[in-house]
Amino acid sequence: MTEVRNELVAKRYAAERRFRFYGAAALTLTALFLAVLLIDVINKGLPAFHEHSVDIEVKVDAADIDPSNLPGGNYDKLVKEAFRAEFPSVTDRTGKKALTALLSTGGADRLREMVIADPAIIGKQVTVPVLLSADADLFLKSMSSDVTSVEGKATLHIARLEGDEGYVLTGDSTGEEAEKQLGIAPGELVRFAGGALRVTGVQNGYLKAEVVFAPDPAITALSPGQWSVLSFAIPESSRRISDQQALWLEQLKQDGRIENSFAWRFFESGDSREPELAGIRGALVGSLLTVAVAILLALPLGIAAAVYLEQFAPKNHWTDLIEVNINNLAAVPSIIFGLLGLAVFLNFFGLPRSAPVVGGLVLALLVLPTIIIASRAALKAVPPSITEAALGVGASKQQAVFQHVLPLALPGIMTGTILGLARAFGETAPLLMIGMVAFIADIPQGFTSAATVLPVQVFLWSDLPELAFRAKTAAAIMVLLVVLFALNAVAIYLRKRFERRW
Amino acid sequence: MKRILLTASLVALTAVPALAARDQIRIVGSSTVYPFTTAVAEQFGKSTGMKTPVVESTGTGGGMKLFCAGAGEDSPDFTNASRHIKKSEFDDCVKNGVTDIVELEIGFDGLSVAQSKAAPDLNLTKEQLFLALAKNIPDKDGKLIPNPNKTWKDIDPSLPDVKIEVLGPPPTSGTRDSFAELVMEVGAEKLPGMADLKKNDSKAFDAVWKTMREDGGYVEAGENDNLIVQKLQANPNALGIFGYSFLEQNANVIKDVAIEGVRANYDTISTGKYQVSRPLFIYVKKQHVGQVPGMAEFIAEYVSDKALGEDGYLADKGLVTLPGADADKTRAVAKDLTVLKAEDVK
Repeated sequence: MTEVRNELVAKRYAAERRFRFYGAAALTLTALFLAVLLIDVINKGLPAFHEHSVDIEVKVDAADIDPSNLPGGNYDKLVKEAFRAEFPSVTDRTGKKALTALLSTGGADRLREMVIADPAIIGKQVTVPVLLSADADLFLKSMSSDVTSVEGKATLHIARLEGDEGYVLTGDSTGEEAEKQLGIAPGELVRFAGGALRVTGVQNGYLKAEVVFAPDPAITALSPGQWSVLSFAIPESSRRISDQQALWLEQLKQDGRIENSFAWRFFESGDSREPELAGIRGALVGSLLTVAVAILLALPLGIAAAVYLEQFAPKNHWTDLIEVNINNLAAVPSIIFGLLGLAVFLNFFGLPRSAPVVGGLVLALLVLPTIIIASRAALKAVPPSITEAALGVGASKQQAVFQHVLPLALPGIMTGTILGLARAFGETAPLLMIGMVAFIADIPQGFTSAATVLPVQVFLWSDLPELAFRAKTAAAIMVLLVVLFALNAVAIYLRKRFERRW
Repeated sequence: MKRILLTASLVALTAVPALAARDQIRIVGSSTVYPFTTAVAEQFGKSTGMKTPVVESTGTGGGMKLFCAGAGEDSPDFTNASRHIKKSEFDDCVKNGVTDIVELEIGFDGLSVAQSKAAPDLNLTKEQLFLALAKNIPDKDGKLIPNPNKTWKDIDPSLPDVKIEVLGPPPTSGTRDSFAELVMEVGAEKLPGMADLKKNDSKAFDAVWKTMREDGGYVEAGENDNLIVQKLQANPNALGIFGYSFLEQNANVIKDVAIEGVRANYDTISTGKYQVSRPLFIYVKKQHVGQVPGMAEFIAEYVSDKALGEDGYLADKGLVTLPGADADKTRAVAKDLTVLKAEDVK
């Protein structure tokens, strides 16, 4: 008898241990997934928070700037010409194009700002930090190809072939294979002061090479340490940056001209099709405007509805029906609210498309049921003795509710509201219908100007082909997460600070 | 509750100032053309100082619906399209008073079938792609059977012994429609018995080439082409279907599969040698020109050499631009705003 009992007890203990283990395992797994997700997002997003620019000496020519129309000056030309002038050996059209392709199309914006801020610099020489293009930026962040640079260990002899056929490279002893002596393989670049050659192949123990930058004809031999070998993990045809451009960038980097700074631009500018210029300010402002409309509508309406239903409404079939409907509304897919917004606010009331006011209205409808349900639960949690005591000392029902019950329920109501708003912040589906899934470059000026929101910006960037937008997407997700964490932190603080237990 | 909502919306309505005439261009339509139109919109905003046009990405069909809804303040001025306007859409437009539509061809989009750089080079015909991806294929007597091909080798002994796994867009995507028309339909026609089927029962034939297999050989990877690129990197055995601009931007990790012996690149697409490509369009609501400020300037920016030219910024963004004569044609249409005639719409 006791043996059976002991067995049963052991079994029960084992079951409990198993249950605890399952619980712990589930938690660990969730934490692991979350950690992987966060690490991945942060890892991908961090490069978007810094940017490379090159310092260029620009002579601000008065001929290109009309003093009465400072913003309309041809700053682009000034910057490009100053940059080209630094590479006088580049004379052909494709070379010049490749050179200026290193600069962002918005590279001259800084110069424009400087001139507008201080028109006295017109006619003077100034140093301007010019933003590099996304492709150049990615190269400098080592995201387009791994580059290794090895210093030459042997003496390198260079001979020019007759009739523009390129160059021949050999080591000290001509008999042996040059590639082994020099440690160079075809496809790699040989770089030295004043020139660069690309090794194209091996022939009779020689290395054949073609010009990337034409070297000084006087150079015939280079001692160890005077030259280096540059090799790329990815061949030129598969890179967005050519060998020539890569060398220019390396040279600028060696000269200490390239500046790596925090990308304030990301928080200061609106959307753009150039990855290096794109920022999230437009989407952030759009999100704030939209959610402001949503909260202004949903909070008073939701609390009023909850107070009435919980404290004043008679309990009959009608209120039951309303209650069931509110609970159902909370479970309606969000895209349906978008369709409603399209049909009612745009087509019937004729409100503008893509406007935060319409987005806010739709999101208000979306979070209203959540707020009502949370508020009712919070009101229900206030003990009836509070109301009874108030009524007992002669307060009216309304006084009892507004002066005693509601203040005690407010922390719970706030928590519910903030969680509802966090949901509103992350919605994209209902906004698709009302035209907020759109490219909007200008930062919204008010509730009726065209705007988009953070999650939509994430969605739009994730769909663009440029590699640099991948980092921007992750960075936008980080900003969205920070906003959501902040909201949740406020919710937790409010609950901890004002919560009362009975 | 309903009354509260209605009151709320009425309150909101009165809070909004009366709508002044619209001073911002509105564009809707294809997500394939979106990256190009947005680039033009941005340049237009920068160079003219006017408000940057709002470009929505609604898909070609959705864009047409909005575009054709009417000719007034609240309807869009342009729509992007990755195919010609359909007869039904044109009729819808006319019915709603959108009578003056200008069609501008802006370039081509190549559809590429791509794989990881780590995989060996592959050359496929349209027929082979059909045999790999269709749900039902004809056997040698022309009778339809469920697709039995598990590996590429099952289709043709010269192909590698690798499981068929192709990642592509879902049915809602314009890319999927184009792929079906340009590859699957052409591939199906060449097979035994299919030409007869097309003649006798075109509906049944359509079903054959439009229906992709659902047993894992064709994986619907969502509308996001970047996702397909990342999946290809992770799985060297898989192939992916997406627009040429993604191939160009991600050439460091993926490469394309030659189709009918031709590889997708700028030249083969623009000369038409690479057969899996489609024209891209923007449609202009001519009635809005002069009503909405900036319409004419926007069209001029779009067809300018700076944008649409061979070295223009749209080519940088991955658009395969029109060859000289066709570009001139587009410019002529843009200059005169030649209205699309009903008999030209198929």
